[in-house]
Amino acid sequence: MKLAYWMYAGPAHIGTLRVASSFKNVHAIMHAPLGDDYFNVMRSMLERDRNFTPVTASVVDRHVLARGSQEKVVNNICRKDKEEKPDLVILTPTCTSSILQEDLQNFVYRASLDTCADVILADVNHYRVNELQASDKTLYQIVSFYIANAFKGKLKKVVKTSTPSVNIIGILSLGFHHQHDLVDLKRLFHDLGITINLVIPDNISVKDLDKLPQAWFNLVPYREAGLLTAKFLYEEFQMPCVEVAPMGLTNITRCVREIEDILKTLGHSCDYTKYLDTQTRYVSQSAWFSRSIDCQNLTGKTAIVFGDATHAAAMTKILSQEMGINVLWAGTYCTYDKEWFSEQVKDLCSKVVITDDHTLVGDMIANTEPSAIFGTQMERHIGKRLNIPCGVISSPVHIQNFPLSYKPFLGYEGTNQIADLIYNSFTLGMEDHLLEMFGGHDTTEVLTNTISCDKKISWSAEARSELAKVPGFVRGKVKRNTEKFAIMHNHQDITLELMYKAKEQVNT
Amino acid sequence: MEISHQTQINFECETGNYHTFCPISCVSWLYQKIEDSFFLVIGTKTCGYFLQNAMGVMIFAEPRYAMAELEEGDISAQLNDYSELKRLCLEIKKDRNPGVIFWIGTCTTEIIKMDLEGIAPKLEADIQVPIVVARANGLDYAFTQGEDTVLAAMAHRCPDKSYNKLSPRLVQANNNIVIFGSIADSVARQLEYELKKKGIQVKGWLPSNRYSELPDITSDDYVIGVNPFLSRTATTLMRKRRAKLISAPFPIGPDGTRAWLEKICKVFNVASNDLAIRENTIWSNLEEYVRLLRGKSVFFMGDNLLEISLARFLVRCGMIVYEIGIPYMDKRYQSAELLLLQETCYKMGVRMPKIVEKPDNYNQIDRIKDLKPDLVITGMAHANPLQARGINTKWSVEFTFAQIHGFGNAKEILELITKPLRRNNNLDYINDKNYI
Repeated sequence: MKLAYWMYAGPAHIGTLRVASSFKNVHAIMHAPLGDDYFNVMRSMLERDRNFTPVTASVVDRHVLARGSQEKVVNNICRKDKEEKPDLVILTPTCTSSILQEDLQNFVYRASLDTCADVILADVNHYRVNELQASDKTLYQIVSFYIANAFKGKLKKVVKTSTPSVNIIGILSLGFHHQHDLVDLKRLFHDLGITINLVIPDNISVKDLDKLPQAWFNLVPYREAGLLTAKFLYEEFQMPCVEVAPMGLTNITRCVREIEDILKTLGHSCDYTKYLDTQTRYVSQSAWFSRSIDCQNLTGKTAIVFGDATHAAAMTKILSQEMGINVLWAGTYCTYDKEWFSEQVKDLCSKVVITDDHTLVGDMIANTEPSAIFGTQMERHIGKRLNIPCGVISSPVHIQNFPLSYKPFLGYEGTNQIADLIYNSFTLGMEDHLLEMFGGHDTTEVLTNTISCDKKISWSAEARSELAKVPGFVRGKVKRNTEKFAIMHNHQDITLELMYKAKEQVNT
Repeated sequence: MEISHQTQINFECETGNYHTFCPISCVSWLYQKIEDSFFLVIGTKTCGYFLQNAMGVMIFAEPRYAMAELEEGDISAQLNDYSELKRLCLEIKKDRNPGVIFWIGTCTTEIIKMDLEGIAPKLEADIQVPIVVARANGLDYAFTQGEDTVLAAMAHRCPDKSYNKLSPRLVQANNNIVIFGSIADSVARQLEYELKKKGIQVKGWLPSNRYSELPDITSDDYVIGVNPFLSRTATTLMRKRRAKLISAPFPIGPDGTRAWLEKICKVFNVASNDLAIRENTIWSNLEEYVRLLRGKSVFFMGDNLLEISLARFLVRCGMIVYEIGIPYMDKRYQSAELLLLQETCYKMGVRMPKIVEKPDNYNQIDRIKDLKPDLVITGMAHANPLQARGINTKWSVEFTFAQIHGFGNAKEILELITKPLRRNNNLDYINDKNYI
């Protein structure tokens, strides 16, 4: 047992559901007790999804515990097949159901005899992998299932597209700024003269997955989901893969250079040198920004970075190599990916931290006292407590990190958005210090925010103690309204009874 | 009152495929209510993920709850439950020094049959902190029923001083009512105040603000609930503490509050004639809101067991209720409330809505598409999708977190109910309601 207050990555089934619900016309059925369908709330609230989340539960209750699911799961799969006519149903075990040790694979087999939809069982171990690993695994599972179906008994002969093309792998629902990133990736490939073959699993039909091998190569922008799929496609079809997240100027350059190399080996002549130069100089404002006088103030400022492997590594690189900021330490909660992460950031910061314990991260921040934090929602709150500004750069996040406006982290527009994020975090920090130096904005106490200063209103001891119990942020309002009510009704003494009366009146 | 045949209540039961919160969510309001408590939820990552997301910002305020996250070794019984729990509870004792530790059992502890009730007394003696065990799991319960399991477990811990010959028994007839249900302090005091005006002193609350202040409950005591989802607690108080249960509608809405107070007054033989006037005053104060609701239709998808009381209040406001979905219907515990619903429908001249227990959300959405109600009260999983289809919604969860009890808070309920309607009136200038 582990005492835990907070976790960075969710349970495995969340990863599976994120992949399933990203596809078009794929339905996930969770084998779960009542209340485990919280994923639907997150989709509906955080992403403000207009459609019903294609996830339902085959409820595990006391009866199931006593007698087993029997026909229940099979019936639920068949029912969804008729109601929604999905192309694919994914039966998703949860941590509860996985210890019941029912033969879910058998349910899947039996259901698939009666359904028009394909049915598969998400194959993830809830006690060994987390949300991110599970999403990687599930995406791979679905892709390999459809590739196997398409090439059953046939020679794997694939016709490539006539011009260079790419698959973008790993754009998921509830992903950190994934939708914005996708827009910028599309622009990047358009500029490079590369067509986009497929974006998976983002809103794509599983029936199209057999077109994956037609692309010249794959791009996996986030290493948390997609690497297994890319590896599979490499083994089956020798498709090369670019694993560099094009986040920040140096990473974009590396990413584009790798693409260039791949295209050249495949016999397509291209030279992106001029493109990279123009973009870096004029399209992205970030390189110029780093040279501008503003950015001088950032020199020697300290920061710490924490997040998923992709974002934390890229951010560390941007801060130290592109902004000249002293990164005290960089860390990730992707503990399973620690070799890669350490390798990426080891020369960019003084210390590498690999942990999924937020209290440890909090303590480290308190001890190192950076001038700014770049982390997740959790670090934002740690920053609040310690009075250190924080820019959010990675999941887990809250609703404010699903912005309506266009805010990519990838591509050239992403570099601008990140530069703003970094700069704003630090300026706010400096403003804070100035305020501190002069002792706050305006320290003269405001005396006129209650009515009692000019009217003679007295509060009985009982009423006063009741008022004291009203939460601070509405106490002033309650006080004012009660006094207004008392004056209106010609009372000078506020008793408990009068207080309740005032509350009962509408518009007070 | 004679009830005509058409107004008989029509109960249905569907598949139970509905969305609701896991009952462990009760931790979020109970840890705040019971100030010296610490809640330890013994479960998996799934439980933790739910709590941290459902509670949003509260999680960052160093809450007095935590997960005892089960690992593979716990599931396969390679680790000893007793020593594992002891290690964690000692850590909690050291860091927080709580007056009581609640163990919240989950689906996983049920399935692996972890003997929490057996371990607790031993560990309690060992570490000298009271440990109360409640099984608030999704296998058996929905959302607010979590509180019911916790309060039922606490009812066992209320001191019973009736056998103590040394302390003279209190003979004061009006001092033996205990109210059960967790509501905000200010709301509790408002209800106490209403009773005080009738000369009825409340002996105590279950839960009290501190574990050490739990009221003693004896066979002389009357008990009454403030919430419709507390049927286990009521049963426990009757069977184990031999207390006398006052069955009344719940003090939600001015009509419910009046009925609740009248029932108590009747038991204690106190005149309550003035309550009718009091209720009418409240109604006239609410007119501005009620005007928006009259003649409008509402559909409860059902997820928190407050549905019957809210529906009864809204019928009285002049609304037409198409369907009352509800996770679980205890016809005995809610009998007075059901009767008041029937009477209210009769009085307002509307048909009795059908009550759908264990609803099926898919079927409900079909019915909603046919009926096109003016308002759907539903969980957050369905709110935005319905809204995008031009159907007004109100999140049901808000009713569990808002102050809705007593005369003074009737306004709060109508604030919530009318919010989507008022919002719509303000948005007429944008465009059509349909966003699909």
